[in-house]
Amino acid sequence: MGFVESALRNPLMAEAVPPDWPGGYWWHWVFFTVVLIAFTLVMVLGAVYIERRVLGKMQSRLGPNRTGPFGLLQAVADAVKILLKENIVPDAADKVIHWLAPLIAFVPVVMIFAVVPFQDGALLADLNIGILYVVAVSSITTVGVFMAGWGSSNKYSLLGAMRNVAAVVSYEIPLVLSIVGVVLVAGSLSLNQIVLAQDVPFILLQPLGFLLFFAASCAEINRSPFDLFEADQELVAGFHTEYSGMKFAMFYLVEYAEAIAMSAIITTIFLGGWRGPLLPPWLWFIIKTLIVFCLMVWTRATFPRVRIDQLMSLAWKFLLPLALINLFVTAIQVVAMPDASPWVMIVINVPVMAVLILLWSRFFKLGWGRVEV
Amino acid sequence: MKFERFGLGIAKGMTVTLRNFFRHATVTQYPEQCLNVSKRLRGNELVWSRQKCTGCATCAKACPQGAIEIITSTNLVDSKYEVQTYRVDSGYCIQCGLCVEACPYDAVYMGHSYERAKYRRGEVVQANDDLLESPERPVSAYYHPEFADALAEQTLLVDKIVEKRK
Repeated sequence: MGFVESALRNPLMAEAVPPDWPGGYWWHWVFFTVVLIAFTLVMVLGAVYIERRVLGKMQSRLGPNRTGPFGLLQAVADAVKILLKENIVPDAADKVIHWLAPLIAFVPVVMIFAVVPFQDGALLADLNIGILYVVAVSSITTVGVFMAGWGSSNKYSLLGAMRNVAAVVSYEIPLVLSIVGVVLVAGSLSLNQIVLAQDVPFILLQPLGFLLFFAASCAEINRSPFDLFEADQELVAGFHTEYSGMKFAMFYLVEYAEAIAMSAIITTIFLGGWRGPLLPPWLWFIIKTLIVFCLMVWTRATFPRVRIDQLMSLAWKFLLPLALINLFVTAIQVVAMPDASPWVMIVINVPVMAVLILLWSRFFKLGWGRVEV
Repeated sequence: MKFERFGLGIAKGMTVTLRNFFRHATVTQYPEQCLNVSKRLRGNELVWSRQKCTGCATCAKACPQGAIEIITSTNLVDSKYEVQTYRVDSGYCIQCGLCVEACPYDAVYMGHSYERAKYRRGEVVQANDDLLESPERPVSAYYHPEFADALAEQTLLVDKIVEKRK
């Protein structure tokens, strides 16, 4: 890690705005591009291992423990196996779209990391609209998913992809609205500025926003309990039924890279990003990201899968109104008492969250039988 | 007012999975840790006794798979059947135990072993001296409770896990 650290300390690299190019700009660009792609792939391997081990322990099993020390090489073994598999393309498939879909799904996920700060100013591009960029780019993955469903010439793939699109469109709204609260408090859209503004982690200032964002991002990236489009136990695979070999591996990669990306975003905007005592900032960032990921695994191990109607009603009847109210309350706080200490906000917002959730649970009844359409 | 509907149910569910996370998993690591199987296991590989066998072929008739083949000749001196070949194709054997129950002279027993996989099809067909009892091919107490004392007591996974969790 010596090289990475010295590179991060290098004033040319650490500068938030790319310095005058050609020299510094391209160094910065090459270094962070390589680091980000390596980071994504390594984190995905780690995430697969962590997910399988933690899920196993929570289900009173051990999880993979045979391949290498503690089963650490299981993900590598799976990757090698899947690389050597035959690539099957259905006869009636739309070949070009079928080929392009995994790439179009994968590239935006890596692109999300471009604006995530690993340290003060240590990021590929410190966009002043960073969070908007994240929201915009992360949605492109859905296009790849829909292309996969359409290009496979399989009606079940198409149905899975259409449901996926419907869910993402629904959950995008509470997702963005819960970010807006953070943006109001931080006063900036740049992720680096948001981290710098967090003297107190925003999870305390925006507890409701955190819960809404967590639920909405779980649905957005198809993680259990919202993974009914590719429900492992009930369906074959949803949109990637017809994929095999390396193209399937790409979708698998997307699934976990998205989870890591969303964990990184949650870390950055709610948990204080790279800020923390003693340890180096990039390590704090990775630790917090993995903690958020473990939280996602924990919810996956616990909750039963929702039905499609429950999924939609959760988005529109529960998350959306609460996100709007949260935004409204935050806006009033920011306007009415711009100079108040953050602790005043915490004292107000935590009871507000408790009351709102209790109140809305009364209006919103999930699991009381099928909703008639 | 019940709080289950207002998020308490979610918290309870999360606690259950978290508790499991810190408990000992309900598993044994098979090749390294083995549990003792039941004394009455109908295991792999029939055990045959040359001394007791009279060559009556009742076992071959009882076998629903036709896995037992027995060839006898007449011993005119002692005026009795003599077994030439006793061949069991354990690839066909379904471990039903009917041959053991059918044998009027208690000459065949179920085996007590369960790790007898072979690399070749031919090795699965066993005849004569291959079928005798040996340390590698212990006799199960199935239908013959007199062998039960020689076998190790069965261990249950539940007992082991309960012991570990204490």
